[in-house]
Amino acid sequence: MTASLYEKLGGEEAVSAAVDIFYRKVLADDRVNYFFDNIDMDRQAAKQKAFLTMVFGGPNNYTGKDMREAHKPLVEKGLNDTHVDVIIEHLGATLKELGVADEDIQQVADIANSVRDDVLNR
Amino acid sequence: MAYKISYGDSTYVRQADDSVLDTLLAQGIDIPHSCRSGVCQSCLMQALEGVPSEAAQAGLKSTYRAKAYFLACCWYPEEDVVVKLPNTADSAVAATISEIEPLNHNVVRLRLIADKPFDAIAGQHLTLITPHNVARSYSIANVPDEEAYIELHVRVIANGKLSSWLLHEAKTGMAVYLRGPAGECFYVAEDEKNFPIILAGTGTGLAPLLGIARDALRQGHRGDIHLFHGALKPEDLYLVEYLQALSDRYAHFNYTPCVLHGLDGKFYVRGDIQELVVADIADKKNTRIYLCGAPELVNSLKKKVFLAGASLAHIYHDAFLPSK
Ligand SMILES: Cc1cc2nc3c(=O)[nH]c(=O)nc-3n(C[C@H](O)[C@H](O)[C@H](O)COP(=O)(O)OP(=O)(O)OC[C@H]3O[C@@H](n4cnc5c(N)ncnc54)[C@H](O)[C@@H]3O)c2cc1C
Ligand code: HEM
Ligand code: FES
Repeated sequence: MTASLYEKLGGEEAVSAAVDIFYRKVLADDRVNYFFDNIDMDRQAAKQKAFLTMVFGGPNNYTGKDMREAHKPLVEKGLNDTHVDVIIEHLGATLKELGVADEDIQQVADIANSVRDDVLNR
Repeated sequence: MAYKISYGDSTYVRQADDSVLDTLLAQGIDIPHSCRSGVCQSCLMQALEGVPSEAAQAGLKSTYRAKAYFLACCWYPEEDVVVKLPNTADSAVAATISEIEPLNHNVVRLRLIADKPFDAIAGQHLTLITPHNVARSYSIANVPDEEAYIELHVRVIANGKLSSWLLHEAKTGMAVYLRGPAGECFYVAEDEKNFPIILAGTGTGLAPLLGIARDALRQGHRGDIHLFHGALKPEDLYLVEYLQALSDRYAHFNYTPCVLHGLDGKFYVRGDIQELVVADIADKKNTRIYLCGAPELVNSLKKKVFLAGASLAHIYHDAFLPSK
């Protein structure tokens, strides 16, 4: 059950704790940080929160179409599977730092993977 | 679908990508404006018909929202609307210039006495409106609660509209108008006032930082406060003696003037303010960081201190966006 995963991870508080760590990893990684260069940091942090809430299985209203639209300009700039893998890698490392169990991390990665095709506009 | 904007006796068609401000300026109508980014609030207008969008009212105080005021550079109405410039008497507070004093070769201190209470917190910014209706944002450099006046530090820009007025026309005793205040960049007394504070800026970025530092000291802040003021050349620094005296008076207040193209062994530190600030963050979790002044510096330093481990929620900033 995804809703319980979100609660198990600690809900909104867990998202807030994770957002700084996760976003810092992404911004420091030259393989993906250029996708985030032109976006205001505060606005971006809010979007990272939306991302984390979603992959934690939390309440969100995003449709596959929303994911396609949000990432379409990035796909035009070359977003591909490798970049998604990098994001999922940072997600895993972030959760590990926060002491989340491996099986829960796997569930989070599964949710992220489930929207891969939408994100990549395939 | 084309939407109409009525202003005065005329009605104009808004082009798809044009804001209310763009539409009116394109008709040669003189609407005060500066940043065109929703930050400076100099393009404040009022809707007589139509409901301003969330984005067009972002950051406006509740009394402004209640009167359907909006930022003209941020409203792309999808309905026909009727707009006007706000009545100065309703939207602004009259003030008298009580002092105009150079602080160095290109910074002028302006002190203003408002006719009515103008509830502002040190570090917030206000919109200064000249008798010629030029509107520009300036940050509050003092603790207005403590003093009877509001202090601003204005960097004089060659051929700048407000700068020229200040140099050539402004005199003590003259009346101006103030709008606002606005902004979230101020001292917040929480966590038993024990956290370290770092304040960093270049040029007149010092104005809000000085206000915030003085406000924190006045409120009995107990953690260390470290103010970095960066400049390209030594003569670009200002209020050096005042700040040195302040750091002599308070053991937990430190002041580091730094000069990029400076010499060693002077009253300042030679070097890059960004490196000095990043190296100064010891308690990553709790330090509050305030960054003000030139947008390039603020944005770059914001990223650097965040990557160095500072929490995004603890970084306060005010970029002095120039006019466009
Ligand atoms: C939130 C906020 C707070 C601010 N606080 C302060 C403050 O405390 N002290 C202060 O001095 N200023 C502050 N500013 C900047 C201020 O509002 C004006 O933009 C500035 O004083 C120039 O106004 P002006 O009318 O003299 O020049 P303008 O007529 O606006 O400018 C003339 C020309 O110079 C360019 N220009 C303006 N500024 C710069 C610059 N810094 N570098 C390069 N080109 C420039 C403009 O784009 C324009 O082409 C703040 C701005 C914002 C948005
Ligand atoms: C792994 C699956 C992913 C999910 C579930 C996801 C989810 C999201 C969500 C929910 C938003 C916010 C949308 C909005 O509110 O506008 C968003 C925006 C964004 N995402 Fe992703 N994302 C994924 C992968 C990626 C990857 C791999 C990158 C780049 C390396 C990326 C870069 C961005 C950027 C830059 C934005 C902001 C777009 C904008 O503000 O215009 N995302 N994402
Ligand atoms: S807020 Fe509209 S011009 Fe600055």
